[in-house]
Amino acid sequence: MAEPVLIDRPRADWTGIGLAIVLTLVIIFPLVVVALWAFTNVWRYPSILPQEFGLRYWTQTLSRPDVWQSITTSVSLACSVTVISAIICLPAAFAFARLQFPFRSILFFSFIAGQAFPKFGLLVAIAGIFLGLNLIGNFWGVVLIQLVGTLLYMIWIPVAAFQGVDRRMEEAARDVGASPLRVFWSITLPQAGPTIGAAVLLTFVNTFYETEGAWLIGAPQVHTMPILMISFINNQPVIQYGAVLSVILWIPSFFALLFARRVISGGSFARGFGA
Amino acid sequence: MAVLDIKGVTKQFGVGVRAVDGFALTVGDGELVCLLGPSGSGKSTLLRMVGGFETPTTGSITIDGEEMINLPPERRPTGMVFQSHALWTHMNVFNNIAFGLKLRRLPREEIRQRVDAVMALVGLGGYGSRQTHQLSGGQQQRVALARSLVLEPKILLLDEPFASLDQHLRERLREEVRDIQQRLKITTLFVTHGQDEALSMADRIVVMRDGKVEQVAPPAALYREPETPFVAGFIGTMNLIEGQVVDGTFARGTFSVPLPVPDGPAVLAVRPEALEIVPTSGPAVAKVHRVTDYGTHAIVDLELPDGLRIKSMVADARAWMAEQAVSLKPRAFAAYRDNHVINRTSAAS
Repeated sequence: MAEPVLIDRPRADWTGIGLAIVLTLVIIFPLVVVALWAFTNVWRYPSILPQEFGLRYWTQTLSRPDVWQSITTSVSLACSVTVISAIICLPAAFAFARLQFPFRSILFFSFIAGQAFPKFGLLVAIAGIFLGLNLIGNFWGVVLIQLVGTLLYMIWIPVAAFQGVDRRMEEAARDVGASPLRVFWSITLPQAGPTIGAAVLLTFVNTFYETEGAWLIGAPQVHTMPILMISFINNQPVIQYGAVLSVILWIPSFFALLFARRVISGGSFARGFGA
Repeated sequence: MAVLDIKGVTKQFGVGVRAVDGFALTVGDGELVCLLGPSGSGKSTLLRMVGGFETPTTGSITIDGEEMINLPPERRPTGMVFQSHALWTHMNVFNNIAFGLKLRRLPREEIRQRVDAVMALVGLGGYGSRQTHQLSGGQQQRVALARSLVLEPKILLLDEPFASLDQHLRERLREEVRDIQQRLKITTLFVTHGQDEALSMADRIVVMRDGKVEQVAPPAALYREPETPFVAGFIGTMNLIEGQVVDGTFARGTFSVPLPVPDGPAVLAVRPEALEIVPTSGPAVAKVHRVTDYGTHAIVDLELPDGLRIKSMVADARAWMAEQAVSLKPRAFAAYRDNHVINRTSAAS
């Protein structure tokens, strides 16, 4: 005889709803405030909403040559660092993933050292060395210092990616006649690709928003967008300059997210972290 | 088409661990030979050495007289099908199968024709543009097989190809693979730990244990005339009864049977279907522990007074019940001493 089937009606998940509200307040609310400021012409206390919306400050901000200068600097910095980091780190990651050599695990964990100590102290010490090498206030000096910060992502995530490639797939390719190099190009790299893409993306975005190294090594000649934004916020009585620049700064991470959703399919990002 | 000759092959991993130990085998043209053994018996290592993925410590592997030992896998005329399928998930079915042909820089039209032909052969016609994750386990295994077959290898190597499939599919695929193998007359080395698979597919079976050959024989001979107690116990169900021979009689407790061999220890091997049981009212040799009815026949589990469990196959389950006292009448058996056959009854069972 068939048992009567009891259907559990989904009950309201109050914990989830509470978490969603808290997260919205903490993350979305400040973003909305900044975005509001960027499109405000007049907003005086005690009004809850701006009195006058408009693009006046966008015109003003974008007509400043130092803003355009900083955009160029930031984009070329982030591109240079990402490309150089990939050239250095990806072969190293492959070596870590596949080869046996002395001190392998000590070397592997040494990359965390750069993140394990207070960054500012490290940067000051490096700045001292850079001063003697004439790298202070120099574009390539900033590239060098920002490279250090990318090593962890660009080594650890691709190592996991290369280790995650099924060795039998590579053997199957050898079996049908592919040389080891051909196997790497046609099998290993495409298999590890999405995860490596995630690492490259992380590196680019992190470099783009990096301020400490860029400021300490780059000042006074090299101005990146985040540094300009900080100086606007600190030194300008007009809030809108900083707000407009903040909104412009969201653009790369917005595109990065879009790209990430397209390229990084089904959890390869998480797989990169060993999940 | 091709003869595979393996001579004195030993593979040592680390110090003192011999995965394969002095292995020799010749696989004749068009023959399908199964390497059968429990896990860790060295059968997969051996297959990987033929494919070129492991290098033997010593020995020689030739195909049609040509030495293979120093050739990398991509230059050997072997095609391997892996247990995990190992399909390239970033390519569709067509490209998986065509990859090897493209490496050989064949004209596009020829590649297309050969891929289509092999897809039809393995029953995957029209699946070319599918992605590998859209296929079932059995279809994935067919792609893996097609990927090897399309290159027309001299030797086909199958490494437990059906292990990840369910029972029903496994039985169907092994028939298909056997059909294809016989149609193409391709020399094949097949690794499995399933005796059903070996018995149903192989021309000859190599039973391996601890990296060594226990016995090489056609399936029928292996089942009927196992040369060692290990093979006897590994192929099919076998009662192995250890006891002593004194004055031409094998005895264990109250069970005895004439065995015309010199005095000493011996292992008696009796198939359940060759072990007849008779109800007795006298001193019991064994008693019935459980009766399992399979409809066409029944298996009676017996327990000897010293606790040894053995099985007998009977025609009718209803004639037997638990705790019943029986005596044992083996119709056919073999006796082993020091890992060798010392006696075998030729009685028809």
